[in-house]
Amino acid sequence: MDVLLKVNGTEHRLAVDVRTTLLDALRERLELTGTKKGCDLGQCGACTVLMDGRRVLSCFILAVAAQEAEIATIEGLAGENAPLHPMQQAFLDQDAYQCGYCTPGQILSAIACVQEGHANSADQIREYMSGNLCRCAAYPKIVAAVQQAKPLMEGS
Amino acid sequence: MRPFSYQHPRSTMAALALAAQHVARPGEARRPAPARYLAGGTNLLDLMKIGVDHPATLIDIAALRQEHGRIEADESGLSLGALVRMAEAAEHPAVLRDYPAIAQSLQLAASQQLRNMATLGGNVLQRTRCNYFRDPSWPACNKRMPGSGCAAMQGVNRRLAVLGVSEHCIAHYPGDFANVLAAFGAELDLLAPDGTARRIPFEELHRLPGGTPHIETNLQPGELITGFRVPAGPWTRRSLYLKIRDRDSYDFAQASAVVGLDLQDGVVREARIGLGGLVAKPWRAHAAEAALNGQRLDRAVAEAAAAAAFQDAVTHGENAFKPELGRRTLVRALLQAAAMEA
Ligand SMILES: Cc1cc2nc3c(=O)[nH]c(=O)nc-3n(C[C@H](O)[C@H](O)[C@H](O)COP(=O)(O)OP(=O)(O)OC[C@H]3O[C@@H](n4cnc5c(N)ncnc54)[C@H](O)[C@@H]3O)c2cc1C
Ligand code: SF4
Ligand code: FES
Ligand code: FES
Repeated sequence: MDVLLKVNGTEHRLAVDVRTTLLDALRERLELTGTKKGCDLGQCGACTVLMDGRRVLSCFILAVAAQEAEIATIEGLAGENAPLHPMQQAFLDQDAYQCGYCTPGQILSAIACVQEGHANSADQIREYMSGNLCRCAAYPKIVAAVQQAKPLMEGS
Repeated sequence: MRPFSYQHPRSTMAALALAAQHVARPGEARRPAPARYLAGGTNLLDLMKIGVDHPATLIDIAALRQEHGRIEADESGLSLGALVRMAEAAEHPAVLRDYPAIAQSLQLAASQQLRNMATLGGNVLQRTRCNYFRDPSWPACNKRMPGSGCAAMQGVNRRLAVLGVSEHCIAHYPGDFANVLAAFGAELDLLAPDGTARRIPFEELHRLPGGTPHIETNLQPGELITGFRVPAGPWTRRSLYLKIRDRDSYDFAQASAVVGLDLQDGVVREARIGLGGLVAKPWRAHAAEAALNGQRLDRAVAEAAAAAAFQDAVTHGENAFKPELGRRTLVRALLQAAAMEA
């Protein structure tokens, strides 16, 4: 079936099998491989993207059902020669990853966590970031990165 | 995943008309291909990916948010549309203030990503996390294949139920929110494919496994949940949801307790008690309520109520620890609720 996806401000028309998830459409068809596939069963958070600003799991969304939304992935956060998003910069500065596989999902989830108003303390960040697992256990540094980026995102 | 036809009706009437095409009419020999409503998809797509559910048609009801996506509160109670997302209800000011147990049951469930997708209607219908149900390579599961036996009885079952189980199935109902609806005496609004509306007590939605664990609810074929109505009472404000998990966050309950109290000068005028994590269906503990009503709530009374709640518990090997965990969870929740400022 034909679907029209709006990803990072660009419209893409593509023919997909009805079973195709948004995650597979992004990775396999649009070659936006920044979004990662971990468990493919809604448990790890590696596939987190923003849909109309809300963080969601792209492995549990059918591509056909994602057509009316604005989708944001890690590739859209900073332009080719533009500065990094404050959350990307904070992950670099705080060394908030080892292998990096969970990182795109962590960064998108962290941006939403700040925007939702759920990043007011280390405890609250841990609770509201608990849907993003990290096999390398970079958790303390991820919390530090969210705390670094929060005031910059809020423009204070 | 097997292929399916994908429909996305724009209105409730259109969704019901599609559902009607998949419901058997009296005297019709051919069994119509099974259809399912797709809400947030966080349980349905999961089960389709792991090969446990294979609907021939998905009726995507996301657009029904227009009609059934509202939260409304007044003096007499709280109305929640079936398409309200978990995250929306968890953070609604009236829910947080007047129904804290509902807000907590949702905040402590799943992850923020899942709560942003999952709906309240889908949440109450989520299916058991029993390992043998979720893995079709196991030949024995009466819920997945009626009459095949139950691999969990002598297997890995520390997550499974001790209340409401039968000799055919000991699966747990894994959700949180539904236990609060049961305890608070909520009602459920339904629409049948022919347009017939009915309102039933939420406690009548789910069935005990008995000899037919594959029949989980009393919904008619194609019936759509449109919303929930929670009556307000003094116990809704002084209420809490205590959830005990293997890990601190992002996990299903091993045991949980809903407590709502109408308390006057330390004496319980009316109590509402629910249990989760170890129950076969969303659970209201009527015996525990009876043990509390009219009593001055201290530790001894709380322990007596907890004992009453678990007097019929049945354990199987690994899950033998659960009645004690459940009793302690309920005692702690009762004493916390008694100490609340409400
Ligand atoms: C990793 C993980 C952790 C989780 N942890 C928790 C937890 O701690 N606590 C908890 O409570 N839950 C937990 N969940 C379960 C989650 O909350 C449910 O999957 C979710 O609430 C289901 O809602 P949905 O809208 O996505 O339903 P869907 O998956 O869309 O639907 C589920 C079922 O309900 C039917 N349905 C949906 N809406 C309607 C309607 N309006 N009328 C009639 N039928 C309908 C569908 O046909 C389907 O059969 C977890 C899930 C995952 C994947
Ligand atoms: S407990 Fe129920 S769901 Fe689990 S294997 Fe036994 S019959 Fe199946
Ligand atoms: S790949 Fe989607 S949650 Fe793991
Ligand atoms: S950095 Fe390796 S999984 Fe998180």
